[in-house]
Amino acid sequence: MKLKKRIPLIDQADKFGFWGGKFGGNFVPETLKKPIEDLEILFNKLKKDKKFIAERDKYFKNWIGSPTRFIKLENLTKHVGGAQIWSKVVSDANGGAHKIYNATVHCLLAKKSGKKFIIGDTGAGYAGKMLSMAAKKFGLKCKIFMGAKDIARQQPNVKAMKKNGAEVIPVYSGSQTLVDAVSECMRYWVANCDTAAMCVGSTVGPAVFVRICGWSTSQISRELKVQLIDEFGSVPKKLKLYNCVGGGSSSFGFWNEFIDYDKKRCEFIGVEAGGPAKSKKHAAPLTYGSKIGILHGAVQYVNQNSDGQIEETESISAGLDYPGISPLHCFLKDTKRARYTAASDEDALSAYKTVTKFEKLRPSLEPSHAFSVAIKEAKKLTKDTIVVVNSCGDAYKDRGILEKRLGKKYVKSN
Amino acid sequence: MLNPISQAFRKAKQENRAALLTYTVAGDSSKKQSLEILKSISVNADILEVGIPHNTPVADGSQIQTSAYRAIKNGIKMNDIFKIITDFKKLNKNKPIILMGYFNMILQYGENNFLNKCNSSGVNGLIVVDLPWPENKDFAKKCKKKFIYFIQLLSPTTTKQRLKKIIRDSHPMNYFISMLSTTGGKLKVSPNNILKNYKKIKKIDPKKKIVIGFGITEKTIGKLKSADGLVVGSAICKEISKSLKHRQNPVTNVSKLVKKLKSKIL
Repeated sequence: MKLKKRIPLIDQADKFGFWGGKFGGNFVPETLKKPIEDLEILFNKLKKDKKFIAERDKYFKNWIGSPTRFIKLENLTKHVGGAQIWSKVVSDANGGAHKIYNATVHCLLAKKSGKKFIIGDTGAGYAGKMLSMAAKKFGLKCKIFMGAKDIARQQPNVKAMKKNGAEVIPVYSGSQTLVDAVSECMRYWVANCDTAAMCVGSTVGPAVFVRICGWSTSQISRELKVQLIDEFGSVPKKLKLYNCVGGGSSSFGFWNEFIDYDKKRCEFIGVEAGGPAKSKKHAAPLTYGSKIGILHGAVQYVNQNSDGQIEETESISAGLDYPGISPLHCFLKDTKRARYTAASDEDALSAYKTVTKFEKLRPSLEPSHAFSVAIKEAKKLTKDTIVVVNSCGDAYKDRGILEKRLGKKYVKSN
Repeated sequence: MLNPISQAFRKAKQENRAALLTYTVAGDSSKKQSLEILKSISVNADILEVGIPHNTPVADGSQIQTSAYRAIKNGIKMNDIFKIITDFKKLNKNKPIILMGYFNMILQYGENNFLNKCNSSGVNGLIVVDLPWPENKDFAKKCKKKFIYFIQLLSPTTTKQRLKKIIRDSHPMNYFISMLSTTGGKLKVSPNNILKNYKKIKKIDPKKKIVIGFGITEKTIGKLKSADGLVVGSAICKEISKSLKHRQNPVTNVSKLVKKLKSKIL
């Protein structure tokens, strides 16, 4: 299994949608074959169309607010005492997280295909919030599927979705989290694919959805590359890119432009959700050696029992609380291009405390996982190493959890 | 020897009627009870579809999901499913059984292992919901070697060109999904329209049997009886749920329902 150079990773899948001949694919009911093929044809055409790209860039710049900031965390760097710690503040994007890129592109595609109605899944509520924003912007009707457990723990985003005019459908089956929301959304699409467009909220699902999402979030690394060159004159010789990994959309987007670099020069570190320190449950299939299986139409490493039933996950961060992982990341792991590790709930909370103590930055619980590992590793690294953490979400949505776990002062201090 | 699935179609044709196919989830509501249900409905059903419960189904509606979760909660494992089939076949050697499920369960069991086990327990056909054509070509070939029909699904969204290719590669039985829906949805297309689509498919290769499923209930089954076969699943799962809720015996109630279904297509 080998990565190809100079070909975007999203285009390295074979004709059946497999990366490395093994991960991804299209394990979908017959009914979805045609709508997926239609979407593939449309996407393959438009991603080469200069007019479409100009349109996308216009919305990315004027509406999403690209580029998002690239800042040095001076105080944190001083406190840690090792590598330079920088952050790409993707939470600057309109709506407060990277999910806006994928949502915008899906709405643009839906418009081009003549659909008037779009559906989507959400875990932390960001994918849903952004899709509801984009749908409103582009005049599409919108329905969001969300696990009942997530609805209870991510209320600020639920309110935002409703304010944008989206219908939020609670999902009560299974663990009532993201995995069930994605299943229910796919089921809804099976029954309504003639009128509805579907947006999958991360780099997961049938191959075309993995590709569209990766293509969209790659905006992050396109910006970062320019910003690195502006700051350092060239891409630094010792660069480490830390990102949390749930489904894998923000991390893939954060890394995409740098995949062709040697990993000694530019290392990728993906941080999965290890769950509560005392619990056996986790959302870290790559770190804890989960077996290969099929989830939501794609082959991937996935938490499952010996029979193949998908196992329940546990994590403080709803956005990472997913038993599977993007086929792109499975491929990056098996080709050893990226390194994956996990941080526990407690690690993430403690990193949140540290970051907010020293910096005017408020990463949500998802990127707090990445900060936790970055801080630990930066200590042991030399000063000429550039550590960049993608702060891909804002903690506003987590204030209920943060208040409960850390007390009021951590919510108000920022 | 002719596959019992083909024998069942032949028998139905001789009796000038559609074949009745039932779908129940293995282990619903318990291992023992699901075997009892199979035994008792086999009097009226021509072909028994047995569902492998899965906890992230992408094509099943709420009734079948409820049945599947119930079975999983009660501890059903792959080997229990094969045991149920083995026990059933001891008494009903010629009653055809089709296993229906999602591909991950087969993958984890090991494709070859799974097919060997299907063979030794007496499974006659397989429906794998999320293994469409052409991805299923290799697996379908393996099935054929084991004298197991791999049943292709056809949908209203399947293009004509694709229909032809699928049917060309298909085994003697195929499954037409009546409408855009998960299992058990309300029939939103008129039976006449469904039959019109059915006839178009049938014309491609009249020798291949086509059954119609999704959304078929006591109320609608009679209007579709000119098809080769009709599948009822969610209505049966619903009956099991209802019986449990009212503390009645699911075995008796489901048998009555299947008998009624049969009477509507005679």
